[in-house]
Amino acid sequence: MNLQGKKVVLHDMCLRDGMHAKQHQISLDEMRSIAVALDEAGVPLIEITHGDGLGGSSINYGFGAHSDEDYLKAVIPHLKQAKVSALTLPGIGTLDDLRMAMDCGVHCLRVATHCTEADISGQHIGIARKLGADTVGFLMMAHMVSPEELLAQAKIMEDNGATTIYCTDSAGYMLPEDVTDRIAALRAGLQPETDIGFHGHHNLAMGIANSLAALEAGALRIDGSVAGMGAGAGNTPLEVFVAVLERMGADHGCDLYKVMDVAEDLVVPLMDRQPSHQVRVDRDSLTLGYAGVYSSFLLFAQRAAQKYGLQSRDILVELGRRKTVGGQEDMIEDLALDMAKRRPQSP
Amino acid sequence: MTRLKAAIIGSGNIGTDLLYKALRSEWVEPVWMVGIDPDSEGLARARELGLKTTHEGVAGLVPHAAADGLQLAFDATSAYVHQANHDALAPFGVKMIDLTPAAIGPYCIPPVNLEAAVASGESNINMVSCGGQATIPMVAAVHRVQPVEYGEIVATVASRSIGPGTRNNIDEFTRTTRAGIEAVGGAKVGKAIIVINPAEPPIMMRDTIHCVVAERPDEAAIRASVKAMIEDVQTYVPGYLLKNGPVFEPLADGRWRISTFLEVQGLGDYLPTYAGNLDIMTAAALRCGELIAQGAKA
Repeated sequence: MNLQGKKVVLHDMCLRDGMHAKQHQISLDEMRSIAVALDEAGVPLIEITHGDGLGGSSINYGFGAHSDEDYLKAVIPHLKQAKVSALTLPGIGTLDDLRMAMDCGVHCLRVATHCTEADISGQHIGIARKLGADTVGFLMMAHMVSPEELLAQAKIMEDNGATTIYCTDSAGYMLPEDVTDRIAALRAGLQPETDIGFHGHHNLAMGIANSLAALEAGALRIDGSVAGMGAGAGNTPLEVFVAVLERMGADHGCDLYKVMDVAEDLVVPLMDRQPSHQVRVDRDSLTLGYAGVYSSFLLFAQRAAQKYGLQSRDILVELGRRKTVGGQEDMIEDLALDMAKRRPQSP
Repeated sequence: MTRLKAAIIGSGNIGTDLLYKALRSEWVEPVWMVGIDPDSEGLARARELGLKTTHEGVAGLVPHAAADGLQLAFDATSAYVHQANHDALAPFGVKMIDLTPAAIGPYCIPPVNLEAAVASGESNINMVSCGGQATIPMVAAVHRVQPVEYGEIVATVASRSIGPGTRNNIDEFTRTTRAGIEAVGGAKVGKAIIVINPAEPPIMMRDTIHCVVAERPDEAAIRASVKAMIEDVQTYVPGYLLKNGPVFEPLADGRWRISTFLEVQGLGDYLPTYAGNLDIMTAAALRCGELIAQGAKA
């Protein structure tokens, strides 16, 4: 694979996808210090919101330690070169949330839908464009559809006004060939001026390999997360990916040692503080990737398993079998109650 | 007995399902179906069922409103055009039942406030949203036992049951449902989430209702209230079923979470039974129209 001189725009997720691992409890100081360090390290884009995007703070997904507005206001004024993005899922976040984010100085709005439901993105993408945001359409759980179907959905988002389209491996299920096929289909079928992005999860430890496959097939933006902090087994570990890009001579614009130091000095200690915040490939996160389950279901399944005396792996496999999609966290307790009822009663 | 003459505006999924239900009504007689596409399947079906139709929108209905004695209209179009539809028909004394999330009139969730909404004499009554019809009764069931400080609902619906109207109005769905949780459900603060699932075969509509209360919940009273409310809804949506809960759980801040998990199976009048979200909306709207009709005859 030759990526010599290839331009890559890196987008860090540890302060948004990493919120899942931290149960949305990152402090304002932690968020600011990590964002400032990423800025210093040359990372061009940093995502900041509740793990489930703007308006995600809820019983269903977990309340954030602070509001999205407080996080954005705590971070954005301190950044020199890095731009901030905010994620939103239509059906959870509202247009008012997008206006608030833009008022706080957000540069990029990423509008996320399930990979077959792009046509619920019209209002959100429309207003993002109107407000002057760098507007991204983010097609989640992209392993569940063929490259052709993914392209058809991407075109809906492009028609709505998105200027970058993401293939999002929310379950960490894809293998490099799956990524190649999808990114190539998007690159061939979308307008030449539309950029392509890839967002990986490391549940099958494919984060790096999949991101490289995406670049080779024509992606420009790649999501990663310092120390991999993200839902499930985390995202593509950004410091590892930068090292690999460096070896391959790609044009990523980041300072490798500084990115390593953010991971080691600031993010790893956050994860070390509580056993439940450890982000790694273990039998549960591996099951997400193996069974094609939305990565942020991990901690919910573990808690439900503990509360109702079940195995978390059984819950995750059943969630995969039922073809659940991102946002259906409420299904997990409901399913656990059903599974507990069916379990043979001990005498 | 003469029934109250009604128009259905919108010949899509919701309008067509409502038409089938209205044809069985003892109180409401659907006479007009209004669409905007001459090739609409919904309009063709309505003609076969004996209705007059127009594909020129409400403008095509207005010249006939007085002559045909229209007294009731159900608007199943979109939030953007609802105000114009209302304004066009109001001069003829037509009472409007709004199935869009436009919400220019008071909200109506039948088992909670049907009589009050109809008795208000308003010319426009809003049916909130499908998610609101399915979940707000549960918020109200808790609230009538103990004040609900925060009510949050998650409605998960089959992709096939959601037409372009809802897809293009997703923001109105979340905002209107939230407002209904507060105004009709009684929660001090509301939040609404909708998730669309494309699985095949399509999933039944699922709803989760979380209520937060300040004091330790009176579990027996809440269980009884939830059961009674479910039976009330079942009088017009027989497939409204409690799947799990109520679950009572203390929160870290000393308050309590009460969670109820429902499944809503439709009657299958037009779309298959999984589209409980359509069924509960059209059944609630028709029930509202029938109460208006009963009042008009009394």
